[in-house]
Amino acid sequence: MTPTPFTLSYLPETPSQTAGPYVHIGLIPSQAGFEIFENNFGGDIAGPDVAGERIIIEGRIFDGAGHIAKDVLVETWQANAAGRYNHPADRQDKPLDPAFRGWARTGTNFETGLYTIRTIKPGPVAGRKGRKTMAPHVSFWLAARGINIGLATRMYFGDEEAANSDDPVLGIIEQPERRKTLIAPRSERDGAIVYTFDIHLQGERETVFFDV
Amino acid sequence: MTPEAEFHQRDRDIHPPASTPVYKTSVLRSPRIPLWSLQNSLSEVTGPAFTPAELGPLDNDLVRNYARQGEPIGEQTIVHGYVLDGNGRPVPNTLVEVWQANAGGRYRHRNDTYIAPIDPNFGGCGRMLTDENGYYYFRTIKPGAYPFRNRINSWRPAHIHFSVFGTGFVQRLITQMYFEGDPLIPYDSIIATIPDKTAADRLTAKLDLNASRPLECLAYRFDIVLRGRRQTLFENRLQGG
Ligand SMILES: [Fe+3]
Repeated sequence: MTPTPFTLSYLPETPSQTAGPYVHIGLIPSQAGFEIFENNFGGDIAGPDVAGERIIIEGRIFDGAGHIAKDVLVETWQANAAGRYNHPADRQDKPLDPAFRGWARTGTNFETGLYTIRTIKPGPVAGRKGRKTMAPHVSFWLAARGINIGLATRMYFGDEEAANSDDPVLGIIEQPERRKTLIAPRSERDGAIVYTFDIHLQGERETVFFDV
Repeated sequence: MTPEAEFHQRDRDIHPPASTPVYKTSVLRSPRIPLWSLQNSLSEVTGPAFTPAELGPLDNDLVRNYARQGEPIGEQTIVHGYVLDGNGRPVPNTLVEVWQANAGGRYRHRNDTYIAPIDPNFGGCGRMLTDENGYYYFRTIKPGAYPFRNRINSWRPAHIHFSVFGTGFVQRLITQMYFEGDPLIPYDSIIATIPDKTAADRLTAKLDLNASRPLECLAYRFDIVLRGRRQTLFENRLQGG
């Protein structure tokens, strides 16, 4: 064990543990097979009052052997259509959308392995001081059986080529081909805009995950 | 714009690494390429907030929130504690969600096929917001141990799964709480994924007789620490400044 200088008088973080195979009971009880709470959190966050372009984000999650992981908790966090987060630390001079929290939760389907988020396309967000504006993106967080500590990644939009090529986070990823693992192509299906974001936990096409 | 509320770097040594062969499922579900370190931007320091109006009055009472024709079977138990950050400050109004097996070790989940019976009066999940002091508590039934497919004879000690948010998305944490004195703790493959024994020991809740209800139920104390954030030089600026 390497001693770290981070321990001075700080409290050490509580260690992470896997969410296990039954994560759905606590966080998505309807997927576990029962109803208990009156109000449930879910993956459809583009209510009628929310401003912005309606989009569907969907995809599958693959393990290192190429199997589809059908029991994964998927959570997303994003800015509103103007590019502002619904949070007091975001003091950009942009409108807040009171109808939009920006957080979604769903699980990959037990049969198909597909996850689906219905949301709006976020706007670009200011980067860190002295850095360029960040291209529109959605933060992802994955937890599941076999995942010992939640995995963080970002999804960028395939139709934002110019913004993506200027994005300060994509820019720190040395290998251009690995940047592509974060970019979801846009398509249309039955009149809906669909971004397909497959995630590879391991293997040749391993998605870029961040230590945030 | 530099976020004022940057979080401290996560000390990865106290967490389980991604791949831990002792827990077989982790082997194929763990990234092999090192994580890219990302300095906090607005996307990392912000995160969702929840309001009391989103929760129901029985959401933190697992003894009653799924009771259909009577009370669930098992030892009624109180679990309580504080959610703090690395600076020792309380984390108020943050969402804490819990889930667990029933007294026999069976989950109300379509994929759980363990022989112990489903308890018709027990759902096995609850949720609450911490109060202004970061305090939370809930009442439940002490969960039973259960076997799982790992090694031939792998048993989970009694445990409760916890999900906590904090104020920024990078504080997001899912973990498990164990009960002091459980003889299965030293044999558990999930606890064994944590290389640092002192860190692992912090997941064991302590029996708390002072918080128990005499002649009614025992209590366990479990404090949770989320990542701290940088106390910037601008911390003392005037409100609204
Ligand atoms: Fe469990």
